[in-house]
Amino acid sequence: MLTKLTGGIVFDPANKVNGKKKDIYIQDGRIVSKPRNAEPDKEYNISGKVVMAGAIDLHTHIGGGKGNIARMLMPENHRMDPVAHTEIKRAGTGHAMPSTFTTGYRYAEMGYTAAFEPAVLPVNARQAHMEMGDVPMLDKGGYVLMGSDDYFLRMMAANKDQQAINDYVAWTIRSAQGVGIKVVNPGGISAFKFNQRQLDLDENNKHYNVTPREILKSLATAIKELGIKHPLHVHGSNLGVPGNFQTSLDSMAGVEGLPMHLTHIQFHSYGTEGDFNFSSGAAQIAEAINKNKNISVDVGQIMFGQTVTASGDNQRQFANHGFASPNKWVCMDIECDAGCGLVPFKYRDQNFVNALQWTIGLEIFLLVKDPWRIFLTTDHPNGAPFSSYPHLIRLLMDKSFRNDMLATIHPEAQKMTTLGSIDREYTMQEIATLTRAGAARITGLVGRGALGKGDWADITVYSENENREKMFEKPDYVFKDGELVVKDGEVVKVVWGTTHVVRPEYDKSVEKDLKKYFDKYMTMKLGNFSISDDEITEDGRGSLTVHPTVGEKV
Amino acid sequence: MTKITEVPSPFCGIGTDDLAVQVDGLSIKVTKNGCSVNTPAFEQAMTDTSPRVDGKEVSILHAVNRAAKILSRANQPVIGGCATDVNGMRALMALADRKGAVVDNMNFTGAKRNFLAMQDSGWMNTTLAEIKNRCDLFVVIGCDLEVFAPRFYERYLWNEESMFLDDTSMREVVYIGKAPSGNASTSPNKSKAKVLECANADLPEVVAVLRALIKGNPVFSEQVGGMAVNDLQEIADKLKVATYGVVIWAAGALDFSQAELTVQTVCELVKDVNESGVRCSGFPLGGKEGDQTANQVCGWQTGYPARMRFSSDIPEYDPFLYDINQMFENGEVDGFLWVQAFNTKAVPPHGGKIPTVVVGRSGMVFEEEPEVYIPVGTPGIDHSGHAYRLDNVVAIRLKKLRDSGLPTTAEVLTAIEQAVVV
Repeated sequence: MLTKLTGGIVFDPANKVNGKKKDIYIQDGRIVSKPRNAEPDKEYNISGKVVMAGAIDLHTHIGGGKGNIARMLMPENHRMDPVAHTEIKRAGTGHAMPSTFTTGYRYAEMGYTAAFEPAVLPVNARQAHMEMGDVPMLDKGGYVLMGSDDYFLRMMAANKDQQAINDYVAWTIRSAQGVGIKVVNPGGISAFKFNQRQLDLDENNKHYNVTPREILKSLATAIKELGIKHPLHVHGSNLGVPGNFQTSLDSMAGVEGLPMHLTHIQFHSYGTEGDFNFSSGAAQIAEAINKNKNISVDVGQIMFGQTVTASGDNQRQFANHGFASPNKWVCMDIECDAGCGLVPFKYRDQNFVNALQWTIGLEIFLLVKDPWRIFLTTDHPNGAPFSSYPHLIRLLMDKSFRNDMLATIHPEAQKMTTLGSIDREYTMQEIATLTRAGAARITGLVGRGALGKGDWADITVYSENENREKMFEKPDYVFKDGELVVKDGEVVKVVWGTTHVVRPEYDKSVEKDLKKYFDKYMTMKLGNFSISDDEITEDGRGSLTVHPTVGEKV
Repeated sequence: MTKITEVPSPFCGIGTDDLAVQVDGLSIKVTKNGCSVNTPAFEQAMTDTSPRVDGKEVSILHAVNRAAKILSRANQPVIGGCATDVNGMRALMALADRKGAVVDNMNFTGAKRNFLAMQDSGWMNTTLAEIKNRCDLFVVIGCDLEVFAPRFYERYLWNEESMFLDDTSMREVVYIGKAPSGNASTSPNKSKAKVLECANADLPEVVAVLRALIKGNPVFSEQVGGMAVNDLQEIADKLKVATYGVVIWAAGALDFSQAELTVQTVCELVKDVNESGVRCSGFPLGGKEGDQTANQVCGWQTGYPARMRFSSDIPEYDPFLYDINQMFENGEVDGFLWVQAFNTKAVPPHGGKIPTVVVGRSGMVFEEEPEVYIPVGTPGIDHSGHAYRLDNVVAIRLKKLRDSGLPTTAEVLTAIEQAVVV
């Protein structure tokens, strides 16, 4: 079937198309050039409407054990946002940590076609994939969490060479069916199990005598040498600690030019100035990002209201449990692999710290110059639920709206921020870069986030509206792999996306030592640990898409 | 005859995956690492192969249509048991959503005690590998662990080597409440567990005093629940100097009114130890026959654990109202589906004259034959699948061991869903 989208204004940064009127043809799920003699079977007149690729969220907690604990922890939060089933949609609940079906529908209804779970514990990866298997509408994938697992730390402590680390990283990403590697509070989750309540960048994990800096360097090197496209995805040390902007700057310097993605950088950009000993480090952070081309970030913007923070960083979550609102929280140590912590949070605009957090995120968005290296996230659900993205886009694109909002927050926070003096407004093309082209490029996706010939036809069509929040919350059409799946902001067809993975090569002999380790110390057999392809595809809905890795050495 | 090794078990909840079995046609023999829970569950003979309607053997299509009719006619359909694998549970939820049914896991009355505590104040818990490698003080509250999981001590405490303990036989074991029925808790170096015995009814008080002692609050009484407060003080002191204490309880065993408050006190005392500057973790026992699987799948699909309903087209959770035993008692059920793919002895609770469909493991014997009985394969024996371990983190990949020709729970429930009239 040949489909034609006629007369749209196309924003496709991947192909340097910036607001040009252009027809798009779709056949067999992909974008094709204008066929010579064929008439379209179906034509959509989208004259004057804005056309972008489907949006991609590169950091959102949509699948995995801690998310499910977060769900079950907060029945009162679901009760305020029940979702009824329809002829085609399953019932579910929102709000902070929505159920899987509702997650997929709501993302698609905002024009998203892919989302990546950033904290897949190898030992919990089955669950992450099963949950994501119940997220409809979207392509998905996961970053596999390493760096506090005892096997890795034992290797570091034993000074194993980089090749051995590479083999273990490759084995892990393949067993867990991941598309990237994430590190959370490097070595700190392990340190908490040895009762270390904090861990600075150059502080030793007291059992292994390994520092976070060494862990970052080792994993970032492995990723580069294995040719995994997505840079090491880093949730840094000292999350939420005033003064941690310095830790972030030191971490950037620590990888010595290797590619590194610093996630939810807002939570890592705090200074200690002012009467409350809490200030913005956004200017210094943005300057460093602008200078260091090897660094990319996503923001992890906070929004005011109720949410739940769900993190692998149980060390920091334990430290912050006093802020739990409502007052209940969960921490777990997990399988000599990692951990997790769930702390409900209510960000308040009249709370000085929360108000300043809000300004810090926006300052970073506006001060980082290169839209290819910064990405739009709220670290769902940690800063806010993903459903707040259209509001966030308006804050970025509309200075007067932003300043109106700024005028309503805690007065001391208003005094402490430079936000009101920043004139920048994001352009449509920049939004398309942050949420599409750049996100696809940094996650190593081939044929996504772009509208060129041969690309997959994940396409979102919006009606132009001065109110950018209204515009981005309700697309006219969303196409997934060429099929119309959303019309006027409502799902009209339920589809199932693919799971993106990478499969770097490694020396199989790594399994010999792993088998011994599993037999001696773990609670399952090595042979039962790795996730086979059929576990993802056997339900008839799931599929796998393998993206290339180009290693420097294998 | 085939030998299969590294076989994971969905029966014991602790995720043993080192069984070896010998398969000869339909017969299975556990040849290595069996136990009193797993061996009979694997070896049980397969009897029924055909569905029955009104006690007569019928085709699967006929049985499915009759089941669909029963559920279609019901004003308040109820699905109980929920003992199956992940895909079975997915199909169960789809059917429940479509038909507006109540979903209630058969062991939720026990699990409820944990959920109520967790949803009110939270907890700090750990998982099996952490216990195996770190735990130096193991406190068991109110349950006979070795009956629950015969191989727990062998696998997770008396393991020969651990990463962070020089000598695993030096671990200390303490029982508060129920005393152990055997010697599994006796360390390889012959040290016996310290036992502070009391009746279940006294546990709320005993646990509350233990928490007070951990917090350093004054306790004026010298005795509590028949034990000396000084003995409890000793346990409190041990917890506050242990490197990695673990406090374990089985919600199902705390079978007294408002036991959730006792669970909550246990969870809070674990937090208190951590607040005092020492690491300590809780560990809830549970997860047999797909409990955690039911709660996990229901959790990610609806946001709630597995005692909820779709009657008003939306998911609604109430750990008291949607207790099917209560609903039966109140005459609130007019169509019942019981799903139990693991245990032939777990037959549906008495439903009187209520039209009942059983999707169950082959070999169920009923006091009262249900209108429809559809024997299904057992996950991990007749088909592959996924099941959660008791610590909720690890989903094990179950293996198919034989070709029985029995359908999976998922296949049967999906067929019923498609035949149901809404």
